[in-house]
Amino acid sequence: MIPQSLAGKRIAITGSTGFLGTALVERLLRSAPDCELVLLVRPGRRGAQRRVDRDILRNDAFDRLRKDLGQKEFAEMAARRITAIGGDVSVDGLGLDDDGRTALASCDIFIHSAASVSFDSPLDDAVEINLLGPVRIAQTLTELGTTPHMVAVSTCYVAGSRRGAAPEEPVNESPFFVNVDWRTEVASARRIRLDVESQSRTPDQLAEFQSKAANELGAAGTPALADKTEQLRTRWINDYMATAGISRASSLGFPDAYAYTKALGEIALAESVGEIPLSIVRPAIIESAVAEPSPGWIRGFRMAEPVIISYARGLLKEFPGVPEGIIDVIPVDYVVAAICSVAARGPQQWPDIVQVASGSQNPLSYGHLVDMVRAWFTENPIYDEHGQPISVPEWSFPGRGRVKKQLERASTMLTRAEKIVGSLPVRGRQAEFGARLAEKSELVERATGYVDLYGAYAECEALYGLDRLLAMWDDLDEADQAAFCFDPRTVDWDYYVPNIHLPSVVKAGRVPMKPPARGGETRPQRLRKQILSPDRHLAAFDLENTLIASNVVASYSWMASRRLSGRDRLRFVLKTMMEAPTLLALDKRDRSDFLRYFYRRYDGAPIDQISEDSAEQFSELILAKSFPAGLRRVRQHRALGHRTLLITGALDFIVEPLKPLFDDIVCAELGQENGTYNGELTAVPPTGEARYQALADYAAEHNLDLRESIAYADSASDLPMLEAVGFPVAVNPETRLASIARKRGWLIEDFQKSPGMHRRLLPLAPPHSPTARGPLEAWR
Amino acid sequence: MSSNADPYKTSNKHLAPRPGFVLDVDRTSPPILFHHGDQFKLEKLPAGRSRVIYPPEPLEGLADPEGAIRHALANPIGDSEPLAALLRPDMKLTIAFDDISLPLPPMRRPDIRQRIIEAVLDLAAEAGVDDVHLIAALAIHRRMTEDELRHAVGDRVYDAFAPSGRLYNHDAEDPDGMVVLGETPHGEDVQFSRRAAESDLVVYVNINIVSMDGGHKSTATGLSGYTSLRHHHNVHTMRNSTSFMDRENSALHASNWRMGEVIRDAGVKIFQIETTINNNTFGRTGPLSVLQKREWEWNAKDRASFIAMQKGLEVLPSKARRKIFSSWQAPYEMTSIQAGEVEAVHEITTANVFKQQSVAVEGQTDILTMGLPYICPYNVNSIMNPILVMCLGLGYFFNMYRGKPLVREGGVLIMSHPTPWEFHPVHHPSYIDFFEEVLADTTDPIEIERKYEKKYAEDEWYIHLYRNSYAYHGVHPFYMWYWGSHALQHLGRVIVVGGDPAAVQRMGFQSASTLQDALEMASDVVGPQATITHVKNPPIFMSDVT
Repeated sequence: MIPQSLAGKRIAITGSTGFLGTALVERLLRSAPDCELVLLVRPGRRGAQRRVDRDILRNDAFDRLRKDLGQKEFAEMAARRITAIGGDVSVDGLGLDDDGRTALASCDIFIHSAASVSFDSPLDDAVEINLLGPVRIAQTLTELGTTPHMVAVSTCYVAGSRRGAAPEEPVNESPFFVNVDWRTEVASARRIRLDVESQSRTPDQLAEFQSKAANELGAAGTPALADKTEQLRTRWINDYMATAGISRASSLGFPDAYAYTKALGEIALAESVGEIPLSIVRPAIIESAVAEPSPGWIRGFRMAEPVIISYARGLLKEFPGVPEGIIDVIPVDYVVAAICSVAARGPQQWPDIVQVASGSQNPLSYGHLVDMVRAWFTENPIYDEHGQPISVPEWSFPGRGRVKKQLERASTMLTRAEKIVGSLPVRGRQAEFGARLAEKSELVERATGYVDLYGAYAECEALYGLDRLLAMWDDLDEADQAAFCFDPRTVDWDYYVPNIHLPSVVKAGRVPMKPPARGGETRPQRLRKQILSPDRHLAAFDLENTLIASNVVASYSWMASRRLSGRDRLRFVLKTMMEAPTLLALDKRDRSDFLRYFYRRYDGAPIDQISEDSAEQFSELILAKSFPAGLRRVRQHRALGHRTLLITGALDFIVEPLKPLFDDIVCAELGQENGTYNGELTAVPPTGEARYQALADYAAEHNLDLRESIAYADSASDLPMLEAVGFPVAVNPETRLASIARKRGWLIEDFQKSPGMHRRLLPLAPPHSPTARGPLEAWR
Repeated sequence: MSSNADPYKTSNKHLAPRPGFVLDVDRTSPPILFHHGDQFKLEKLPAGRSRVIYPPEPLEGLADPEGAIRHALANPIGDSEPLAALLRPDMKLTIAFDDISLPLPPMRRPDIRQRIIEAVLDLAAEAGVDDVHLIAALAIHRRMTEDELRHAVGDRVYDAFAPSGRLYNHDAEDPDGMVVLGETPHGEDVQFSRRAAESDLVVYVNINIVSMDGGHKSTATGLSGYTSLRHHHNVHTMRNSTSFMDRENSALHASNWRMGEVIRDAGVKIFQIETTINNNTFGRTGPLSVLQKREWEWNAKDRASFIAMQKGLEVLPSKARRKIFSSWQAPYEMTSIQAGEVEAVHEITTANVFKQQSVAVEGQTDILTMGLPYICPYNVNSIMNPILVMCLGLGYFFNMYRGKPLVREGGVLIMSHPTPWEFHPVHHPSYIDFFEEVLADTTDPIEIERKYEKKYAEDEWYIHLYRNSYAYHGVHPFYMWYWGSHALQHLGRVIVVGGDPAAVQRMGFQSASTLQDALEMASDVVGPQATITHVKNPPIFMSDVT
């Protein structure tokens, strides 16, 4: 009787925040009512107890138990039976404090289910957790002088990529095991990390990161670029380490770093246990529950799910694998039951290794699975962003190479298209098209990753022996068999896949299974409502391309040409046009340098005349090129009682007539000498991070909360400002910002010029009437 | 002054102009030219139940306008001394004149205003008057640009007065520039330009293109602001002006006349100069002359030039078409001038307007059709937005009647106009918001007035744009909508032919792609054999409906 055997036992569990661990905790609490649990969790910022409450007990796995007991009773029971201790298996001594050590010392059983299962985890991370984790546990227990029954969760795939029978035997006793020393593997993994670290810091490499960051963000200012550069470097190292993991694993005949580190972990653990009795449980691919705690229960978005969803989205047209190959899937409740059973029957003679898999007894062929998936998604399609159902492609079971080639071709094309669109000076809707391209190419990249990683599993044709598992099953009495079912022969795949697993996958993946309701609120409408709520504090606006379709060059040209005539005008036009490419390039590199350089041109401009001309420019250039919807938005914010702030690199005299629209204006100002401007800025112009700083200073000064504020801007160079507020809005974004805004779910507004206005090719002031020209002096 | 010659002699260069005419359409009638914004259409009207009203032909202009002006200033009408006798060296003199909304389209140089102002300034100079201000009496219209002012008053006057700040646009929102002179017995505040109120004499220079213009409205409206305007520019008044083109039956004018009395009683002395022009809108000869000819009288050249024009316009983008039309200046000629005391002057002016514009029409119709042209008083050098389309059709053209409306109560109005969803962001900023915010909520004038007028009228940003840029006042789109409120109440349905469906729908009208479709849609309301009347306007005319 499993519940009776476990009664009065204290069971320590690692990995209880994971998929398997959560299910295990739930089952022990519910089905073995007289045991106590000691949960070893990484304390994080909140502490172990809070993590247990938030990340484990709040999971819907416990809904059943909570309902059975009632909320109060459940809380009371959890408090009584669960001890949370902070710890980390990737740290020597498990990072335990005294209380933790005491709690651990009192345990009768230790179930180790913590693992790094993520497909792209860096080699050294996988080594620290999967390989060294069990060793550290064994060492710590030995130090504590205690010998609980240790049940280590591993994986069937420690047998490596091979065909044929894979019995329940120690890894190093297999004839196919390539004998490597785990200590050497640990040392090399650590050294690779150090090597890559230094490689990432070479001048060439750093320069590359920097140029990539600049490419992605544009002229966002030094701090933002530095931040991005460091992100890129870290990501580069992690990518490299992930690749290193895959390479090392496949060089030794394992499908991925997870199987490889788990395999060596088993060897290392067997060497380290000493007096501690050890059992190893090796599940195959764990999927959603058949019945416990509820049919279809799943936690997280795991291995096969992203692949299935990618396929249903029409993204993966092909997926590699042989149709008659066996996909070895085992529902999570079966694995949990097997672990409980192993824990209950107690230690056995080594090697006590139990595999929990389905392939050898109740095989699900790959072709059959794919047929069921296809049939299900044909019946229940996913909907695309336009509310149309996506039809799933026919699967033709190509080899892995062919699929990869297809994906690579798609990826190259998309990258190329993306580059072209990215280099075009497009905004708004066109730029969003570019952003969509970028998204697509990212998805393709991810799909390529799946093919790399899971292809090996789909092609694996090993059959995992289940002798011990089935023997254990036969030893169970009827009550245990009913309560703790782990007999893989009982899974009805034809029922399980379409009726339990796939509905739970789409639910966990939060994919749209219904066309968007007509008349319902769209996402932009919802965001707009949040933005236009009286609770907000401050609305900050960029000017150029956010509220008006003009820029500093246009307003300068207008000013400078207003009083030019005939030949001078023509000469001015030619000169300006010739300079345009240089100016554009400079602007792209560094906005504040550009402004400093460009504003020199106002050197010698008479102040009186400029102020007179500005008044006219307000109507003829600024208002004529304004976005009425943008101006209306500013006014809506004001009407709601938000403070409105204009932050722009444009000059004070240009934006002066916009004053009644805003509570305050932060802009650039020129120095003055003897009634003329001297062309030098009096302060750093508010662009990039200076724009953020101006916003932050303003908010602080007026006691406004940036999290309750809104910022409107059009370009990636405004990122520091946009990121600083709780409600960023991308207005007619250029490609880079469009892509960032889409990814982060920001509101994207499409403000347009009033239709019907004629377009002037060059931003020149209309020539003044001849009689008026007399007393006016051109200053350029 | 040439004392013997008749100052009101006309030039007599042309054949005796024929009066207006009502054509009963039969099977031999040619297709009728419809204005359609900046394009034209030829439409076949159903025979047997349609009629077309043609304007009278242009009257002869005065042979010697300068002489006539001098004569009018020296021989005032009503209780007034000649202008020269009213001028003293130490006086404050203000000359106010009609703004860009008159005449339509703008007339060729020299503008009548220039001629009159120059004559007035000559007299002022002779009398040694130094303190002279010239004000464009635009009420809450947009400010006139330098070019537009130059066109109206001439370069000589502009250069002499504008640089020193003595020629400017009226600013109804200048807190220091406006005064309230009093209240009418009806409790209406009379707000007025402070400069005009403090002047010893206000000379008003008017061009009367329609019978609504002139009289006390020139100053009581032109030199006032929202404080005054709200008393007569509202739904109640407009619904009780049947029509506002007929002063005797116009609540709008009754209010202005009451205000005129308050202004007079406050001691403001006004010397009113009113002029009328003929309806020579498109010229007796020249590229557009075909537009004011009757279709069955078109000769081969007319036909060729019309087809060339129509096809040419079709291929041009709308912006280019707009440019072409906004450069058209009408060869209007002055047909009369009278000066002196406001009311006496205006009686004669109105009679002279009707002499040119009146057409006798017998009986009302079930369906009224009109082809709306490219211009109305509020889009000179600008964009004709949907609200202005509504105002031109339901406000102006519908109200061009005396007696009773051309279309019976519950009848249908069909207007042909492309009605693009386009706005001038500088001239009509509040219109954009009115269209997006107010009309999206309701099209009922009463509801609009109650819910939104005050907010728009007192909006700081609109006031800023009105004063410092070239924007119509925030409340102006409301007045456009009110202008059509009499028609909205009277009509059973409004259909726009060839308009942007979204824009048409926003205004609560129905959209039809052809006139035939529109007539079919109208039959739901007025039955299949309904009578149809087409007003062939412009050139402008008034229907005397009996």
